[in-house]
Amino acid sequence: MARSVIDVSGLPTYAFGSRVTPWWGTFSFCLLEGTGFALGIGGYLYLAVTNTHWAKDAVPLNLVWSAAFTLVLVASAIPNFLIKRAALQENLRSVRLLLLAMSSVGLVLIVLRIMEFSALPVRWSDNAYGSFIWLLLGLHGVHVLTDVADTLVLTVLMFTRHGTGKRFSDAEDNAFYWYFVVLSWLPLYAVLYWLPRL
Amino acid sequence: MSPVIEERHETRDSDLGDEELRARLSKTWGTTGGLIGVLSTVDHKVIGIRYAVTAFIFLLAGGVLAIIMRLQLARPDSHLVGAELYNQLFTMHGTTMMFLFGVPVGEAFAIYLVPLMVGTRNIAFPRLNAFSYYVYLFGGLMLWGGFALSIRPDVGWFSYVPLANLDFTPGKGPDYWAQMITFTEVAALAVSVEIIVTVLKQRAPGMTLDRIPLFVWTMLVHSFIIIFAMPAVMLASSMLIMDRLVSTQFFNADAGGDPLLWQHLFWFFGHPEVYIIFLPGTAFVSAIVATFSRRPVFGYLPMVLSLIAIGFLSFGLWVHHMFVTGLPEVGAAFFTASSMAIAIPNGVQIFCWIATLWDGKPVLKAPLIFVLGFFFIFVAGGLSGVMLASVPIDTQTHDTYFVVAHFHYVLIGGTVFPLVAAVYYWFPKVTGRLMDEQIGKWQFALAFIGFNTAFFPMHLLGLYGMPRRVYTYPAEMGWGGLNLLASAGALFFFASFLLMLYNMVISARSGPPSGDNPWDADTLEWATSSPPQPQNFDRIPFVTSGSPLWSQGDDTPVVSGLKVDERELVVTSITEARPDIREESPAPSIWPFLAAFATAVAFIGSIYTPWAITWGSPVVAILLVAWFWPKTTEENA
Repeated sequence: MARSVIDVSGLPTYAFGSRVTPWWGTFSFCLLEGTGFALGIGGYLYLAVTNTHWAKDAVPLNLVWSAAFTLVLVASAIPNFLIKRAALQENLRSVRLLLLAMSSVGLVLIVLRIMEFSALPVRWSDNAYGSFIWLLLGLHGVHVLTDVADTLVLTVLMFTRHGTGKRFSDAEDNAFYWYFVVLSWLPLYAVLYWLPRL
Repeated sequence: MSPVIEERHETRDSDLGDEELRARLSKTWGTTGGLIGVLSTVDHKVIGIRYAVTAFIFLLAGGVLAIIMRLQLARPDSHLVGAELYNQLFTMHGTTMMFLFGVPVGEAFAIYLVPLMVGTRNIAFPRLNAFSYYVYLFGGLMLWGGFALSIRPDVGWFSYVPLANLDFTPGKGPDYWAQMITFTEVAALAVSVEIIVTVLKQRAPGMTLDRIPLFVWTMLVHSFIIIFAMPAVMLASSMLIMDRLVSTQFFNADAGGDPLLWQHLFWFFGHPEVYIIFLPGTAFVSAIVATFSRRPVFGYLPMVLSLIAIGFLSFGLWVHHMFVTGLPEVGAAFFTASSMAIAIPNGVQIFCWIATLWDGKPVLKAPLIFVLGFFFIFVAGGLSGVMLASVPIDTQTHDTYFVVAHFHYVLIGGTVFPLVAAVYYWFPKVTGRLMDEQIGKWQFALAFIGFNTAFFPMHLLGLYGMPRRVYTYPAEMGWGGLNLLASAGALFFFASFLLMLYNMVISARSGPPSGDNPWDADTLEWATSSPPQPQNFDRIPFVTSGSPLWSQGDDTPVVSGLKVDERELVVTSITEARPDIREESPAPSIWPFLAAFATAVAFIGSIYTPWAITWGSPVVAILLVAWFWPKTTEENA
């Protein structure tokens, strides 16, 4: 005989952070994408050590656009933190405004990344060094692009009748992923822009 | 802040009697008919069966290739197939078995069984699950479609550069191979994320960490291995295809690249891959040994710790595939030691299973018989593995049939024998009918004798110096007799699968009805009907022990308070599985299929022009937005 020992009818239908399944989904994707970045950096370092052509090929990259990109990206952690806080408070007005701000920042970052590419002194086909620069910059660029696209869709969503309830949890989740985009850039920036100058 | 929403007029499971509850839940969680309905389903059981059927079709296809190769090698100086076709055959055989059968078939069982075993109503991210299946299917169809159209990779299942570079292999074969990798790895990674989240967050209330079935623990570790291993091969295959299509120089030594980088990246994935394929086999063994010994597996804690140890150690072995590439001696010594070290947790598992059988009252039904076959074959393969971990032996036998014998003992012994056991064991759950025991025993005899006749002689052939990947050999080498024996064994082994297919077909139609729990097993998938209803469980079980069906008797503690007319499931805390949220599980949707289709078009198009990615990405993005965009206001609640 089935005997009820626990009643869950009073439980909430959504929550925030690691209590919900989407957070763990995002976390898992951060793990696997982070592994991809780590292996990419590993491959770069492997060639730097094993191939004698590398030292000659590894011309230092232009620091201007990448510095602007890095500054804006790191600074974006502040509105990102505020979105997270506003989402937890379910403050629709703040979430909307901050999402607009983050979308704009994202678009600026995409432009900066394009400028970064245009200032590269090597093409992907010149040598393996060039291939790795384009690969790693591109791989991170795709992360920026997808999360900005995600943020834009979420921004529109929050201005419709759907901007309620569980969507605040989505906004928080989106902010969580953006931290990954910011943090994964820092080692890449160090390796791509500063290591060849040592 | 976690708002509790007032929903006074919603019907809850506690409001209804058993029969009405079952009917209403079945309607809520069911899949509609028609083509759109079929392509929209998000039921993990339906997707799991599709995965399994597709993987078995690829097994048969890969098996047919193996038979053609064995016919060619049966006698010396044979010209049944030429060198070129032979290269294509062994490449397609290895690729199909590893990527289109070995990995997906483990995923198939995880997708079907894990949600049932942890007592929930669907897998986490069910639409992603549907998407992953279609991506896998399209990847397989692309590779085999290319094969039918004579676009055939012929550079081995690991596609070593520089052979796989454009200079040496100008056709499109390696590009199809590399894109197939992308398809199947996207699918495997997606499923791993789903399994991890299902196990961590959707376990039935009361299923604390130490009550998780060993099967589920194994699939959890398996999923983590995939998450850390598969990105390596995706990265590598993308680099290869870029070298071939847009002239990057990753593997070109003259331009600062290195062919060995390919090997490092490939084997950083490739060795864990062995465990990705093998661990589901151990999951099946743990479940079957417990059931047929009539006691829980001996040494639960050492079993779980061994699994985790295998997970970690599997990443420390990859260089033993590269002993003849001229490594520094210290490096080789390290990888010898780690290759031998992984035998320890594997040994612990084997001894725990033997202790379970020793202490229990083993019932020799078909599933257990195949498991006993696994012990013999896998241990033999493990022993030749310890031999190959030693650099001098490896150097001597590298690229010979000794290695072929070793990895077929490990992979077929470790995975396929448990897999056949698993088919006999869970077939009644999936179909409601038992398979024929007598045919099962004949199948075992055929498979066990056939397998050993096919592969044991290869050890000797390897020691006599017969190299791998040669399409023929001269009579004076004296390898003809053993090769003929191996080929005869291969035919018997292949026939055993045809016998299983026959058994499955007749049993599905007219096998004896099995009831809910024909083996008197202890895990939760046996607590529901056979086949299970779309909702899996009418009332979510409350778990009070590690063997719930053995400990609870007639009294079944359950959870109540879930809505009946919406797809609600219980999300619980990670360690103690305390109920925390009533989360809405996504409804069926056609968008994952369409997104997978567009992804496939973009991937295949990219083999011919990089612009396919540029034009394909926005289309995929729009389809993803359609997929995620809420359709009703209830979805926001």
